[in-house]
Amino acid sequence: MRMDSSANPKIRGGVRQALTHDSAAKHVSGGAIYIDDMPEERGLLHLAFGKSEIANGKIVSMDLSQVRSSPGVELVLTADDIPGKNDVSPIAGDDLLFADKELSFVGQSLFVVAARERDLALKAAQRAEIVYASGEPALTIARASERGSVLEDPQVMERGNAPAALQHASHRLAGKLCIGGQDHFYLEGQVCHAIPDEDGGVLVHSSTQNPSEVQEIIARVLSIPSHAVAVEVRRMGGGFGGKETQPALLAAAAALVAVKAKRPARFRLDRDDDMIMTGKRHDFEAAYDVAFDESGSLMAADITLSSRCGCSADLSLAVNDRAMFHSDNAYYIPDVRITSHRFKTNTVSNTAFRGFGGPQGMMVIERIMDEIAMYLELDPIEVRRANFYGKSPRDVTPYHQKVEENVIGQIVQELTTSSDYVHRRDEIKAYNSENAFTKKGIALTPVKFGISFTARHLNQAGALIHLYKDGSVYLNHGGTEMGQGLFIKVAQVVAEEFQIDIDKIKISSTTTDKVPNSSPTAASAGSDLNGMAARDAATTLKARLIAFAAEKYDCAADLISFNDNQVLIGNNAVPFERLVEEAYFERVSLSATGFYRTPKIHYDRDTHSGHPFYYFGYGAAVSEVIIDTLTGEHRVLRTDILHDVGKSLNPAIDLGQIEGGFVQGMGWLTTEELYWDDRGELMTHAPSTYKIPVCSDRPAVFNMALWSKGRNPEETIYRSKAVGEPPLMLAISVFSALTDAVASVGAHRKMPMLDAPATPERVLMAVEEMRSLAAEAS
Amino acid sequence: MSDAIRFLLGGDVHTVKDVNPTMTVLDYVRQTLGRTGAKEGCREGDCGACTMVLGELRNGRVQYRAVNTCILFLPALDGKELVTVESLSAGDGSLHPVQQAMVDKHGSQCGFCTPGIVMALYELYLNDRTPDLDTVNDALAGNLCRCTGYGPIIAAAQSMGTYTSNDAEPNGAALKDIQRDRPLTITHESADTEQTFHYVAPQTLTDLHDLLEKSPKATILAGGTDVGLWVTKRLKDLNSIIDVTRVRELKQIIESKRDLTIGAGVTYTDLFAAIQSLHPSFGELVRRLGSVQVRNSGTMGGNIANGSPIGDSMPALIALGATLIVSSKNGTRELPIEDFFIAYGEQDLRPGEILERIRIPKPSASDKISVYKISKRFDQDISAACLAVRATIRQGTVADIRIGVGGLAAIPKRAPATEHALRGAALADLDIETACRALRNEFDPISDMRASAEYRLKATQSCLYKAYLEWTGESQALGVIGRDHAHG
Repeated sequence: MRMDSSANPKIRGGVRQALTHDSAAKHVSGGAIYIDDMPEERGLLHLAFGKSEIANGKIVSMDLSQVRSSPGVELVLTADDIPGKNDVSPIAGDDLLFADKELSFVGQSLFVVAARERDLALKAAQRAEIVYASGEPALTIARASERGSVLEDPQVMERGNAPAALQHASHRLAGKLCIGGQDHFYLEGQVCHAIPDEDGGVLVHSSTQNPSEVQEIIARVLSIPSHAVAVEVRRMGGGFGGKETQPALLAAAAALVAVKAKRPARFRLDRDDDMIMTGKRHDFEAAYDVAFDESGSLMAADITLSSRCGCSADLSLAVNDRAMFHSDNAYYIPDVRITSHRFKTNTVSNTAFRGFGGPQGMMVIERIMDEIAMYLELDPIEVRRANFYGKSPRDVTPYHQKVEENVIGQIVQELTTSSDYVHRRDEIKAYNSENAFTKKGIALTPVKFGISFTARHLNQAGALIHLYKDGSVYLNHGGTEMGQGLFIKVAQVVAEEFQIDIDKIKISSTTTDKVPNSSPTAASAGSDLNGMAARDAATTLKARLIAFAAEKYDCAADLISFNDNQVLIGNNAVPFERLVEEAYFERVSLSATGFYRTPKIHYDRDTHSGHPFYYFGYGAAVSEVIIDTLTGEHRVLRTDILHDVGKSLNPAIDLGQIEGGFVQGMGWLTTEELYWDDRGELMTHAPSTYKIPVCSDRPAVFNMALWSKGRNPEETIYRSKAVGEPPLMLAISVFSALTDAVASVGAHRKMPMLDAPATPERVLMAVEEMRSLAAEAS
Repeated sequence: MSDAIRFLLGGDVHTVKDVNPTMTVLDYVRQTLGRTGAKEGCREGDCGACTMVLGELRNGRVQYRAVNTCILFLPALDGKELVTVESLSAGDGSLHPVQQAMVDKHGSQCGFCTPGIVMALYELYLNDRTPDLDTVNDALAGNLCRCTGYGPIIAAAQSMGTYTSNDAEPNGAALKDIQRDRPLTITHESADTEQTFHYVAPQTLTDLHDLLEKSPKATILAGGTDVGLWVTKRLKDLNSIIDVTRVRELKQIIESKRDLTIGAGVTYTDLFAAIQSLHPSFGELVRRLGSVQVRNSGTMGGNIANGSPIGDSMPALIALGATLIVSSKNGTRELPIEDFFIAYGEQDLRPGEILERIRIPKPSASDKISVYKISKRFDQDISAACLAVRATIRQGTVADIRIGVGGLAAIPKRAPATEHALRGAALADLDIETACRALRNEFDPISDMRASAEYRLKATQSCLYKAYLEWTGESQALGVIGRDHAHG
């Protein structure tokens, strides 16, 4: 098996080539069709939800007569109209399509209105007369903790005996850190379009990362078999995890209306409703107690993670598991205990978001590194180096998986040099001593991120390839396109396999009736899984073509190969399309499915041990920031990134993921603040109040490179590595640099109490704390 | 009698009859014209996905400006040229330089923000084909992208000038043909709701006064960057609209030796140069106000008249001693801007009156002007707090001082106690700490999603302290977290 092929210059669009996104020309000219751009059929209904106005309590009565009589309204449906189960949850059975008794967050869906126009539906939905019996909501982690409101028992991941080791430590520190949540703010909000069929089934175009799950949930709600539901998605206008489970709510409502009314139905959430009604990144509160030696090397760590999961399970158990999995980041901890509390609150149910808990876990250990460095008066980079995973016995994670082929040391070494870290750190020290009001800070943080779904069964994928008589190729697989470039990468794999130009390959919508039982496009695993599945299908077809050619041209199979849009058969060169056509006339099957499942992985959730990850992705970033100590305003001045994507399938796409992930992470840790009032109403529900990074927030100096020595040690698709999530966590360098800048106000004598997101307000408050400590000391 | 809206699209005159005057340009273009390139990302003018470019006849030339069409009502197109993302590619499908640069630099990922970004860059392209980074950042401040991290888009902006352009010459003559010399008047009966919608766009102040007298309860529409949201977000039916954007007298900027008088209907883009020349720090505030798209539509008059406690211009106008000229059919009166704001949502505007002009006295050589805006995000954010100071420094003494504050009360306000603490003080022994305490004592702000009360107070105190450092010449030590540091 040839796994290490480098770019073949003979064909256009094989692997390793920096091709543009397959839809780029359509994106820029307005020709790329998103679901709301599809032509509106006759009789199309537009939908809107009626929503709960309270966070906790009961519906005493709900009078919808005004809604029904509102102009343009054709249909209003409630829980009573659901033929199947009132359940749109991915796993636990605890997310209702329409709440009918108990209410568990502000914005929970109560009913759906179908009207001739969207605004008429929105207006009608406001006219419900609902009497509530309000209960006291548990909105925060603290309140849920008091009430004992949890999703499951605390989970403990443990190796060695951390409490005992802490007792005997020469140096010991304890601290706390709060980490805010994050809204996905995909530019295309949640949307779907349902078309009923003649048999009581339905075709749903859904902006989803998870078509098969949407299909299953619609079937469950309508009480029809999965085969009666098709779910299709050509592209999403961004996903980031926010379209892994969340689209099911809209899709189920639209399918229900379409089937009941026997008319097509389109459901697009207004931005405010989208932000109020759909889940976000979990916010966390962490506490830590660590022991270490004079070099800063950890001896033991006892870490407690508490998260706000919202009103239902959704994916929260797995998200919190992943937070535990990444509480070590790239560091070996001899004795370790990680305890995770999953709190159930009266807020929207939090969900997957790029990194899936990993970023929150990583934030804690990076804070610990910074604090140890400050305590020992060492350069934080030295403390980090002292703690990197190494050779046995320093190669075992808290979940007992061994870290093999660890490259973080090399990456950090190269980045330290290329970013001129040491010199700049001295310059910053000088700057800070000369400037009273502005202070700079710098930090280098590493990333080690585990690749695979921790739910083992999801690590599988299917693909379907047709060869047509003219030699053109139709490609389909279970992965979805949300902008990350999966479709072009998989097409490059197929071009490489057949050694044909990529223009001959048709990229097509993801749809449940072509590839069934697909896993969500998530966990960074899209190209790993679907690339391999497509390759498997291509391999099957190639084997058939080779067998056919061997017979027809009387040539040994091992003398037949695919090269430069031709098939070389001994001394003959036959154009690819001619061989395909010849094969057709000899009645060779020209359609094949492909399948892949990730090897080596296993995990025992009872003991939180095993080998959950096929491999790890690595990277590191250095960020330099400046803060205004009078107002707390700040800027990132420069960022340098070195990231390992193995041997890249497409360097342009991968760099795009790295930069985009970094800036998204930077937003999470700086300007993006979610704010609920004391009634549980989200007050930051639109871009006017929720601030994701804009163009000028990007570091003006931004040096980014793929690690040239990268090569996946495992047999992944062309030895590439997953890239979707890991770069987001490179932004922890920004948070760490801000902490460094704030600490300089107190001459680095104490760790600032800086929580995330580090808004100007939090930075100023932390600066003031440093100032008052300095005043006390003098 | 209801007029048809006429605008140019792809060189042809496009006519729209019998339409709800509060239909947005975006909805019309997507649903009726079937041009679905532009997207709705927020419906409040904050993400830029709906950006299109409008061509307008100005002094015989066609001036092109990017606007947020998700909150722009359809009558705004009357007499203008509409350029959508679909307009840019040639008939043979070949891409415009802006589009080609975006493709070549990998400027799109999910692609949803891309049409809006292309149109924002198209406006930039028409003005500056080799923009520097600051210019690109300004041009794109109103366009959110969640995928790319912006680098590839910046690269596209900085390379678009290297491609050969096939842009057609602006068709000023065709635009001239669809100008009207009488008010655009629309009456629309909604089939769904059986409501009637009236819209009128007077062209003279006299006509405006007459209309206001007849319909004192009509909604006054200027740039629509706020009123648009009443329809798109609050789902209000605006049954009677008087659009003041076509009133000639309201579009004038008059400069005299003593002051600058800005018509209430002048957009922020059009007043930027005049304000910048008044004082650079006020100019910087205007640059940070909204985005290109917002400033191309929004007016200072609208910003004042809607009475928002966090409107960005008010503190600076208060500090500068601006007055408002308010008029009706019965006459004109002039009042200090700080007196215009009575209570939250309540302004000193009587039935039949319109805010006509803003008169801003020019600072003298001895005036030190400082304007500060505090927000979570540096660009395109609403301020959590805003402080502006005009200090007249003569012979080392604060001879006079005016302080305007936003975000600390239900209305924009002066800070009389703080002013009192500083007025007459000699710089040499000025007690700025006492003045900062006075500032804290005279305000009792709220905590909300933008900032806590404590931070609002602390940050504005810091801003006053910064102003003091500027008077004493220590501002060099201050540094500014803005443009100065953006390049490392």
